[in-house]
Amino acid sequence: MPRFESVDHLTEYRRQLKARLDPNQLQVLVCAGPGCLPLGSEELAQAFQEALAEKGLDGKVALKATGCHGLCAHGVRVLIRPREIAYERVTLADVPEIVEATLVNGQPVERLMQRDPTSGALCPCKADLPFYQAQQPLVLRKLDLIDPESLDDYLAVGGYRTLRKVLFKMTPDDVIDAVEQSGLRGRGGAGFLTGRKWRICREAEGDVRFIISNGDEGDPGAFMDRAVMEGDPHSVIEGMIVGGYAIGARQGYIYVRHEYPLAVKRLRLAIEQAREAGFLGANILRSGFNFDIKIAQGSGAFVCGEETALISSIEGHIGEPQPRPPYPAQAGLFGLPTIINNVETWANIPEIINMGPQWYAAMGTENSKGTKVFSLVGSVNHTGLVEVPMGTTLRQIIYDLGGGIPDGRPFKAVQTGGPSGGCIPAQFLDLPVDYDSLQQVGSIMGSGGMIVMDDTSCMVDVSRYFIGFLYDESCGKCTPCREGLKQLKHFYEEITQGRGEEAHLDLMEELCQAMAGASICGLGQSAVNPVLSTLKYFRHEYEAHIRDKKCPALVCRPLLTYTVDPETCTGCLACVRECPVAAISGKKKEAQEIDQELCIKCGLCFESCQFDAVRRE
Amino acid sequence: MDETRIAQILSRYEGDPADLIPVLQDIQDEYNHLPKDELKVVSRRLNLPLTQVFGVATFYKMFSLLPKGKHQVKVCLGTTCHLKGGPRLVDSVSSRIGCELGYTSKDGQFSLETVGCLGSCAQAPVMMIGDKYFARVTVDKVPKVLKPYQK
Repeated sequence: MPRFESVDHLTEYRRQLKARLDPNQLQVLVCAGPGCLPLGSEELAQAFQEALAEKGLDGKVALKATGCHGLCAHGVRVLIRPREIAYERVTLADVPEIVEATLVNGQPVERLMQRDPTSGALCPCKADLPFYQAQQPLVLRKLDLIDPESLDDYLAVGGYRTLRKVLFKMTPDDVIDAVEQSGLRGRGGAGFLTGRKWRICREAEGDVRFIISNGDEGDPGAFMDRAVMEGDPHSVIEGMIVGGYAIGARQGYIYVRHEYPLAVKRLRLAIEQAREAGFLGANILRSGFNFDIKIAQGSGAFVCGEETALISSIEGHIGEPQPRPPYPAQAGLFGLPTIINNVETWANIPEIINMGPQWYAAMGTENSKGTKVFSLVGSVNHTGLVEVPMGTTLRQIIYDLGGGIPDGRPFKAVQTGGPSGGCIPAQFLDLPVDYDSLQQVGSIMGSGGMIVMDDTSCMVDVSRYFIGFLYDESCGKCTPCREGLKQLKHFYEEITQGRGEEAHLDLMEELCQAMAGASICGLGQSAVNPVLSTLKYFRHEYEAHIRDKKCPALVCRPLLTYTVDPETCTGCLACVRECPVAAISGKKKEAQEIDQELCIKCGLCFESCQFDAVRRE
Repeated sequence: MDETRIAQILSRYEGDPADLIPVLQDIQDEYNHLPKDELKVVSRRLNLPLTQVFGVATFYKMFSLLPKGKHQVKVCLGTTCHLKGGPRLVDSVSSRIGCELGYTSKDGQFSLETVGCLGSCAQAPVMMIGDKYFARVTVDKVPKVLKPYQK
């Protein structure tokens, strides 16, 4: 990779790069995104490499381990270009057949082709699947195209094109104008207008300013930022260079949570490559603009996703939030004006500059422009990452893209926005999803986690889970959050253990009002959303726990009873081996019995039984 | 205390107070915990009060004042994993490696912790041993997952 001394040098290099690319070259793209990686993407890519070498194809077929292909449910996914043949559930054993049939003889392997879960129809090409048809990928566009560790790949798809326009044809004010006109709102959760934030920062007093990319993706159930950082790290860097130029910053930081080691590795490599190529450092492309990026790693604290806590953490302190104002745009890192935007926001910037703000603003709803990435998980057939225009309805996302609920079970709720969001019931399935509509029904957009729940999920338990999570993660600085969560946790324990009283529900609501109004940061203020939304839409479930001492969804442990059905039990003793308290007894090959006094209701027997002989009531 | 070992870590930094967290991360990675004497050295070299060093060392979850096991087991308890049986997985792993949640086993082989979300929600329930991910770990798969790591 040369060091680019001018824009023309870069343009010429890109032209040569493209000229060398053969559009008809066979490509094997193995998904190594967050969903497929645990299923063995690395081993699979290795096997492809060996199989290709064996057939003497290693020079002819391009093999790439790419970022997320979107549809995590049926991993590992493999895409064969240029024909766009999409294979799913590919294992090591399938590699020789794919190489022989598809790569050597040009024949698809039917048994590995993706199928529409609703109709069961074969969908040979990627775009044949309804999951992909309804999407409008912008942030995710390059994920299944490029090798995330190759700068050439990124340049070949138009990477770092914005630098020509931004550094040489636009003033910083032009850039801010463009971002403002695009209507882009922060993708981290609160949805503040990005352009306005940039302008506040640019107008703040002082010469030194900072840029931060928030990659502390702590919301359980959200992994879009991980997918972008691992699969397309240069987009984030390119967006940050544009932002640095716009507000006059010379130093940027990417804050990545330590649970994402691969993201850290990929970003480090990408920063190194960008420095070598002259996109970062002093006098970028001889424009006179200096900008560099450092990586700051999180150390395992959810609250550091909050911007002021994140800044404290970079400064070397414990991650305690600060009261705002002053906002970081006025006084942030080391007390200096700082722009802090989420990873997905930064990844949107290059496209907005390239295609123009009007193009971007044409997508979405009146007050929420562009597209949004959602991580669609839980009880839905097509779990994975989806990117749709703002204003797409929940029903479209869950049923058209997501393929509905597995096993024909009924939909109960969708949880959006992580622990700060709420549970949305079936009556709002036709709600167009944007920042404002979600807030109206008691939830938030958050970072875009979307967890679908069916009738096997207990809404009291879900809310108890979030409160427990936030109780653990509260930094403890302000009283409403620290003590409020402690009390809420106590109420949930009482209710789920069968000791709840109806008066508790009113007290919980009252407590939530105090927390929402008086907590310092978003963690405490929005911690009430899971409680209030479930109390509003699923009060009957709370009442069943309190009045009948029953958990209708059979989730809350203390309210369950496990018994063995003597008719179906084969006496295989699998449950006996699993039981941690030796509560199950009986002879081999005879029906077993559970001692209700000893049973701790952990459910391990239920899960380990291969014959469905353990009953849960 | 091995003076050269800690000096080597500190030599990668300029001694700025803002280097505290990266320094502690390096010590945690190399020593598998944060030894008390080494923290005192850090406090002197970065010119920070010992209270701040200990404050940071005990605030963040990745730091541990006690040695962690050779194999660090992390069970995901993100929302999806919670719904798909994560809590049962914690119980099962805990009883099989003989180690309470948040502790290290007596033989020093394993330590067990839970994490908020590993970001592989589509494969819930998920767990990690060291840097390796394991997908859809239902309770019946636990013995097979643990076997290569058990002596």
